[in-house]
Amino acid sequence: MSMIDIKVAAVEQVTPLVKHFTFVKQDGSPFPAFSGGSHVVVSMNVGGRVHRNPYSLMGSPVDTEAYHISVRKQEQSRGGSVFMHESVEVGTSLQITYPVNLFSLAKKAHKHILIAGGIGITPFMSQLVDLNRLNSNFELHYAFRSPEHGAFAAQLKAICNDKLHCYADSKNERIDLIDLLSKQPLGIHVYVCGPNPMVVAVIEAARNLGWPENHIHSEQFLSPGIGEPFKIQLAKSNIEVHVPAEMSMLEAIEAAGVDADYLCRGGVCGRCEVNVLESDGALLHHDHFLTDAEKASGKKIMPCVSRARCDRLVLDL
Amino acid sequence: MALAFKQETFRNDYKYSNSPSAIKRFPFPFAEDQYMYSVNIEPHVKGKQGTVCEFPFDVDEHYVAECLDKQITLDLDRGRYAVLPHMMDAQWDFVELTMEALSNDYPEHFSLKKDGLNWTWENKPLNIKQSFVFGDASTMPMDPFEFMSRQVQGDFVLLDQRDETLYADGGFVTSQADWSLAFNVGMSWREWHAPVPRATELGVMDRALKYLLNLQLGSPVRRLNWTMTVNPRLDTSPENYPLWGTERNTVNPENVADKVHLRVELQSLFRLPRSNAIVFSIRCYLMSLKELSSYPRWAKRLHRVQKTMHPDLIEYKGMTKFHPMMVEWLSKFDDGSAMDVGTQPE
Repeated sequence: MSMIDIKVAAVEQVTPLVKHFTFVKQDGSPFPAFSGGSHVVVSMNVGGRVHRNPYSLMGSPVDTEAYHISVRKQEQSRGGSVFMHESVEVGTSLQITYPVNLFSLAKKAHKHILIAGGIGITPFMSQLVDLNRLNSNFELHYAFRSPEHGAFAAQLKAICNDKLHCYADSKNERIDLIDLLSKQPLGIHVYVCGPNPMVVAVIEAARNLGWPENHIHSEQFLSPGIGEPFKIQLAKSNIEVHVPAEMSMLEAIEAAGVDADYLCRGGVCGRCEVNVLESDGALLHHDHFLTDAEKASGKKIMPCVSRARCDRLVLDL
Repeated sequence: MALAFKQETFRNDYKYSNSPSAIKRFPFPFAEDQYMYSVNIEPHVKGKQGTVCEFPFDVDEHYVAECLDKQITLDLDRGRYAVLPHMMDAQWDFVELTMEALSNDYPEHFSLKKDGLNWTWENKPLNIKQSFVFGDASTMPMDPFEFMSRQVQGDFVLLDQRDETLYADGGFVTSQADWSLAFNVGMSWREWHAPVPRATELGVMDRALKYLLNLQLGSPVRRLNWTMTVNPRLDTSPENYPLWGTERNTVNPENVADKVHLRVELQSLFRLPRSNAIVFSIRCYLMSLKELSSYPRWAKRLHRVQKTMHPDLIEYKGMTKFHPMMVEWLSKFDDGSAMDVGTQPE
């Protein structure tokens, strides 16, 4: 996979839990432009172990001088977000992937409703620049815990003016989804990024109101999560790999020196899909990619986020 | 090293040939004795010096003549160019991709100067110099996509990605192997591949689509496709079928080696940055059986491939009329001995 060598040009504490990082290329050349909603996977070496986390690019897609990401310090971090907060400073060298967009704007939409919760605002930051540049009709609804957690609210106000609607949980302000989604004309698309209950609520509200499935867009990167340790057999490589509690299957496979395909590492894109040749227990599917039928078949698994509870699991790798 | 561009025609008198070095670098597609569809996609990485994959966009001795032929075809039928309004970002992405590649890889023929968004493009072989503001279509003499499609060999299709599939929402198509842009524009992946025999049952198209939906910026891919064309004609479009379809009746055992050409498409796909669209580049290479037989290994291989071809494919690729004559002519190069896997000429 092609990677870009970067160094950190600036770090800013935006809210008590969120830091904003500015990246420039090591060799000083410009980055590629990208499309609103794109993310990069940041590769970091945490005490000898490689962590790769996806983060949305939140700068202007046409700014090729620098890339911008924001990282929320996760309470149950496996190490990645804590590393970004505590060990990464101006001058730190890192590697990132080229931008990937799994949350792109529907170019033919007549209007766009963007709904963000907390750190879920980040993919919209770049989309807003595209929407303004293309003179598109949109509304942004941004919910956060309390005003001090409303990262970027001032910046957003400057970009969106009266198209921005903020909701602070501490002031008992809530988005009335049914009201918002029921009064929209045809040809409108809704996008949601935020905590799981919010994403589920928006998708369900839109479905119940009869919105077509392809007008509902969401992005939710999962972090691999901590689970029980287990063992896997890789058939092609003919080795056994131990997956520790705090490591994903994909990470364990990589650490064993086996080159596995991946892209988003958050259970969304489908690139790391692998065939299960044999298993004697339960596959714990955590991804958003496989269909329910595929999950039930027990023949496929996404090693970036999913795990297993069994004594024997043989993968086609 | 500067290329010497030949004066050639791809219609009427068909004044076209390959120099010995062009024959040697021809992208011969058959590594094995039998052909079957597969998702033969590989990374479009820099190939060896002198090969057609050395650079993202190959420029060769036919460049000037092919660009002229594009212009003739487009002047006769404006429907060969079409682009839907939501593809403007993709148009500019294409301009950036092609201008940067050509000026970087062939600096003696092309140059690109940038001062912020003020760009100046110079194409010496075609005698074009254009200053424009990147992103402002009003500063271009025509659509940005059309402007650069006229200056790069091959056909180009802009694919928009939405609803878990790809839509052909723009194209500049003047050298196609019997498919129509006017018919396909706006169609989804499954719709435009529906006529391909046996591929759907094999699941080939679904796997290829899944792969392409994850195509990454900075990691283009390529594959080879092929057919056989009578006479070195680029424009074998359905629109002009009356002009070339009947030429298949002119093949006889005496002229088969001069008339019948192996037509290879170097298809490459690039993710575009601003639009998240994909550009599908289809570059056509033509070589007569006689030219091909200057490397007997290729003639021997092609004989085996053609002799074992599935009848559905012979029909689909429009070879029915001349197929037996072609196999007969090629048979004299085949002594029946086993061949190693590989596409190399010798």
